[in-house]
Amino acid sequence: MSNHGPKTLFDKIWSEHLVGQREDGTSLLYIDRHLVHEVTSPQAFEGLKLANRKVRRPEATFATADHNVPTINRENISDEQSRIQVETLAKNTKEHGIEYFELTDRRQGIVHIIGPEQGITQPGMTMVCGDSHTSTHGAFGALAFGIGTSEVEHVLATQTIVQKPAKNMRISVNGKLPFGVTSKDLILYIIGQIGTAGGNGHVIEYAGSSLKPLSMESRMTICNMSIEAGARAGLISPDQITFDYIKGRPYAPSNEDWEKAIEYWSSLPSDQDAFYDNELVINSDEIDPMVTWGTSPEDVVAVNGYVPDPSSGKTENKQKSIQRSLDYMGLKSGTKITDIKLDKIFIGSCTNGRIEDLRNVASIVKDKKISSHVGGMIVPGSGLVKKQAEEEGLSQIFIDAGFEWRDAGCSMCLGMNPDQLKPEERCASTSNRNFEGRQGRGGRTHLMSPELAAASAIKGTITDIRDFI
Amino acid sequence: MDKFISLKGIAAPLPIVNIDTDMIIPKQFLKTIKRTGLGVSLFYEMRYDNDGKLIKDFILNKTPFDQSKILVAGDNFGCGSSREHAPWSLKDFGIRCVISTSFADIFYNNCFQNGILPLVVTPKQLDQLMTAASNQTEFSVDLPEQNIKAGNHSINFDIEEFRKERLLQGLDDIGITLGHQDKINAYEDDKKNKKPWLFKDN
Repeated sequence: MSNHGPKTLFDKIWSEHLVGQREDGTSLLYIDRHLVHEVTSPQAFEGLKLANRKVRRPEATFATADHNVPTINRENISDEQSRIQVETLAKNTKEHGIEYFELTDRRQGIVHIIGPEQGITQPGMTMVCGDSHTSTHGAFGALAFGIGTSEVEHVLATQTIVQKPAKNMRISVNGKLPFGVTSKDLILYIIGQIGTAGGNGHVIEYAGSSLKPLSMESRMTICNMSIEAGARAGLISPDQITFDYIKGRPYAPSNEDWEKAIEYWSSLPSDQDAFYDNELVINSDEIDPMVTWGTSPEDVVAVNGYVPDPSSGKTENKQKSIQRSLDYMGLKSGTKITDIKLDKIFIGSCTNGRIEDLRNVASIVKDKKISSHVGGMIVPGSGLVKKQAEEEGLSQIFIDAGFEWRDAGCSMCLGMNPDQLKPEERCASTSNRNFEGRQGRGGRTHLMSPELAAASAIKGTITDIRDFI
Repeated sequence: MDKFISLKGIAAPLPIVNIDTDMIIPKQFLKTIKRTGLGVSLFYEMRYDNDGKLIKDFILNKTPFDQSKILVAGDNFGCGSSREHAPWSLKDFGIRCVISTSFADIFYNNCFQNGILPLVVTPKQLDQLMTAASNQTEFSVDLPEQNIKAGNHSINFDIEEFRKERLLQGLDDIGITLGHQDKINAYEDDKKNKKPWLFKDN
C-alpha cells in the first residue's frame, strides 16, 4: 500500500488507524468500536482478570447475548452451560462498565443487527467482534472484521489489534439487478465465482451501478457473506443512503458532530485510479436467483439449474469434495433444483434477519399457507426488528401462514440453542453457512434469499421466485 | 503462551478441502467458558457416531495417528467461524502444527495466539507430505531453520519475522502492546480533536 497517490477506501481507513508499524508491515491498528457476545468473550475476560488488566475503553465496547439464547420461553434458559455463558457476560460487562443489551432489553438481538440499528456502526470506523460475520458492518464503509478470543482480550486491554495490511480486491457489479434477483443472490453468485478461498488475505470492496440504489439492509447482506468468500472484510463506499440510515439513531453523532462526521465520511470513497491487487467485473444480467446444493457456500447453482455431477470438478480433490457433499446432502446429480423437497424453512440470521427481509417475506406469504409437510420458523434479528414487524402487522401474516414467530437471536443459523435440524432434515435457510452439521448433526442446508425461502415454504419444494409471482 | 521451536513426530493426513471450524469443533462445545478440555471433542462429528462411539476408520482414532502432533490437510483449512475453540481443541488433542496449501485468515491468526504453527506449502509439496503422512513417516519441523523434513523431502517454508519471533519466545501480544501505551495515548489525543464524535461518553 502506498502512502501517496490515489487510495482505496480500505487504504484510507487503514492509514487513519495506524498507531505504529514495524518494518515487515506488521501494524498496531486502533479499534474504534468493539462488539462482544457471550460465546467468544468469557475466556477473554478471564484472561484480563488473571493478568489483572482493565478494559481500556468500556464506552467503546458494546455487548449482547445472541448465539446460544433460546428464541422461545427464554425467561429461564434451561440449558445450564448456555445460562452460565449468558450470566458470565452479564457479570463481566457489569464489572468493567460495558453497555450490555440483555435479554429483557428490546435492543437485544444479533450483534451485527444491533450495531447498525443503534447507530454504533459508522463509516470510516474500525470495528471488531469475536465473530466472523463482523464483515456485515462494512456496508457502512467501516473496516470491520472478525477476530478470535485472544484478540478480543487484546482489544479489550489495549483498544488496538496487531494486523498486517490486507490486499485490495474490487468486485464491480454493473446494471440493474434482474427481476427476482436480490443482494443475497448477488453475493452467493460472487462466492460461486471466486470460491470460499477467493478472497483470502483481501478486503473486498463492492462497487458498480448495481449497488448504488441498494438499501443499507441489502448492502449488509452482501458484506456479511464476504467472509464466506474468505475475505477479511467487505466494504461499500458510504453515500447519502448510508448517511440517511444513520441519522438520528441513538449512538449516531448529532448537532455539530454530525456535520463534522458527514464531512469526514464524504472523504472516504476510493479515489479514482486507486490500485487494486485484484478486480472482478460482473454484469448483473448474468445473475439468477441462487441456491446452494452442497456443503460449502461456493456450491451454488441458479435455482432453475440442476444438482451438479462430480465430474464437473476441475481437480481430483474437487471431484471428491463434490461427491462428499452430494452424499451428505442426500442428492443425486442431475436432479432439478426445484424438485428438491424441503422439511424446514428458517428465515433470520445476521445475513437476512432485518426488517426489509421480513417485509419481503410477508409480501410473498400474505394470505397463503406454508406447505403441510414443512415447518417454518421466522426469527427477527433484534427485539426492535420484532417490535416493528409486529407494529406493521407482518408477524400476524407469518402466523396466519403457519410460521412460528420467535424472539431475536442467531437461532438455527448455527444451532447453538435448541433450534436445530434433525439428521437428514432438509432446510431452506436464509443464513450464511451450509457446512456439514452446521444447523444440526446430519442436517441439510440450502442457502437462499428470504424471497426464495418464502416461496419455497408455500410450495414445499425449492421454488424459483420468478415462476411463483 | 507456549513456545514453539521444533517438533518431531508422525503426521495425520486429512485430505479434505475447505475444512471449516464447525467441522474442527462443532457448536455444542462452544458453550464452555474455559480454553481447555476441548481435545476430546476435536472433529467430533467425524470422530464419533450418533451414539458417541469412536468411529474406528477416522484417521485420528487409529493408532499411531491418535498421537499425531502434526496435521496435513487439504486447501483452505480453518474457513468459516472465528471460534478460537478450533485451535484450542487442536492443541488440547496434541496437534501443534497444521500443514496446508492455504488457511483462512482468522484461523491462521488464532493459531499464532496459541503456539500452533500453521504452515503453507505448495500443492505439489502437500501431495508429497500427504503421502509421507499416510506412510507414517516421521516429520520434523524446525522453526528457526524454517524447514520441514519428512523422509526424503526437505521443504523450506516462509513465515513472517514477527510471528516467528513470538512463537520462538512464547511472547504474549498484550504485554508487547501495553509496552506502547504512550503511542496509543498519543493516537487517542490526536483523534479526540479530529473526530470528536468517536470519543463521546455514552
